[in-house]
Amino acid sequence: MTTSILSGKVAVSATINGEPTEWLCEPRETLLEVLRDRLGLTGSKEGCGNGNCGACNVIIDGRLVNSCCMLGVEAEGCTITTVEGIGHPEGLTPLQRCFVEGAALQCGFCTPGFLVAAKALLDKNPNPTEEEIRWWLAGNLCRCTGYDKIVRAVQNAAAEMRP
Amino acid sequence: MRAIQYAAPQSLGDAVALLQQAGAKARILAGGTDLIVQVGADAREVDLFVDGKRIPELMELTFDPQRGLTLGAAVPCCRIYEDATVRARYPGLVDTASIIGGTAIQSRASVGGNLCNSGPAADSTPALIAYASVARIAGPRGEREVPVEAFCTAPGRNVLEPDELLVSLHLPVPPPHSGARYLRFIPRNEMDIAEVGVGASLTLQGPNGPITAARIALGAVAPTPLFVREAGDSLVGKLPTAEAFAEAAALAQAAARPITDMRGTAEHRKHLVGVLTRRALRGALERANSVSQ
Repeated sequence: MTTSILSGKVAVSATINGEPTEWLCEPRETLLEVLRDRLGLTGSKEGCGNGNCGACNVIIDGRLVNSCCMLGVEAEGCTITTVEGIGHPEGLTPLQRCFVEGAALQCGFCTPGFLVAAKALLDKNPNPTEEEIRWWLAGNLCRCTGYDKIVRAVQNAAAEMRP
Repeated sequence: MRAIQYAAPQSLGDAVALLQQAGAKARILAGGTDLIVQVGADAREVDLFVDGKRIPELMELTFDPQRGLTLGAAVPCCRIYEDATVRARYPGLVDTASIIGGTAIQSRASVGGNLCNSGPAADSTPALIAYASVARIAGPRGEREVPVEAFCTAPGRNVLEPDELLVSLHLPVPPPHSGARYLRFIPRNEMDIAEVGVGASLTLQGPNGPITAARIALGAVAPTPLFVREAGDSLVGKLPTAEAFAEAAALAQAAARPITDMRGTAEHRKHLVGVLTRRALRGALERANSVSQ
């Protein structure tokens, strides 16, 4: 069986925030570019473009991923959660509420990435230690807050969510 | 990024055929955490991404009690450290998979890709060398095997021909009373590149007994990861004492050829080789004494 070589516009289907979604993109486009420029999901941000800052974090098939380091065409058949899939303006999740109430954001640029990363952590480990939180979030950079309030917000949300 | 094509073969044969037909500007895409970044920054020219993640041999992670560990070239770091058998049998490899980048990088980045990127400071390569790993390579002229210490030839370069791909890495069964450890020193606590990395393995005759085999490999202190054969050989037949470890560490230091760059001076790197080699040997010893097989 010979494999087809895809070029030009490629049709991709995936599930994004629970919704079956299809798009056309070129192989050279990153998933981040697809989310922002083709699908209008601008919650994921480009902070560095090289996998260092986490502002582009999404969850792919249960795994935290830098969407700037993945091609749009690689998302074929994947289940994707972006920040837009976490809560909604009338109903914030405990994590989002703890961020707001705990002043865990200032300019807010890193916040989508942190929320997605923290959600991925708490989905996997509902009772993380402070050290586990800090190590897990090492790939998310914040220039404003100094991180402490972010860590506290994650701890508070985790405590609130535990039965 | 300039226009690029994409293919996702489902067999090794198809992957080889694609590489052969596409020429030197086709690259296997595993985790993409190096390759996509490089292409996006115009640091590398790619005409065709050949996605390796649908090829079973590249995604395999299996342990055979006779043959050892088969680590597919595209297996992401997170699968390595989540695997109970790998954690028990190859903790030195788990050391590296846990510290490459951060969580999101580890969801995609692979040890095979780390090796093929062939950076001098690659974290997983010294541990692979300490475990006497062998690279399985496939191409139109057939398959071949290369010991990992011979894989990298210069910064960013390795023994792969343009029409070849790394299929998997093979780590022998760890003998009884053996252990390995990887340690690195980086400017920050995490998410940085090694200033120095050391992988060390020890095999003892019995608990705290004489050393029957030892392998020490260094990262970030030469154009390629460095297997310091004489440092490991110096330990054979000796008891695992501080003096023996200090002698091996001195030999490792002598072999290191570091440069001064933004992460550290050559002098500091030489110093770190000594410190980390002693600590990695102590860590390997602790694991050799604690393994019950």
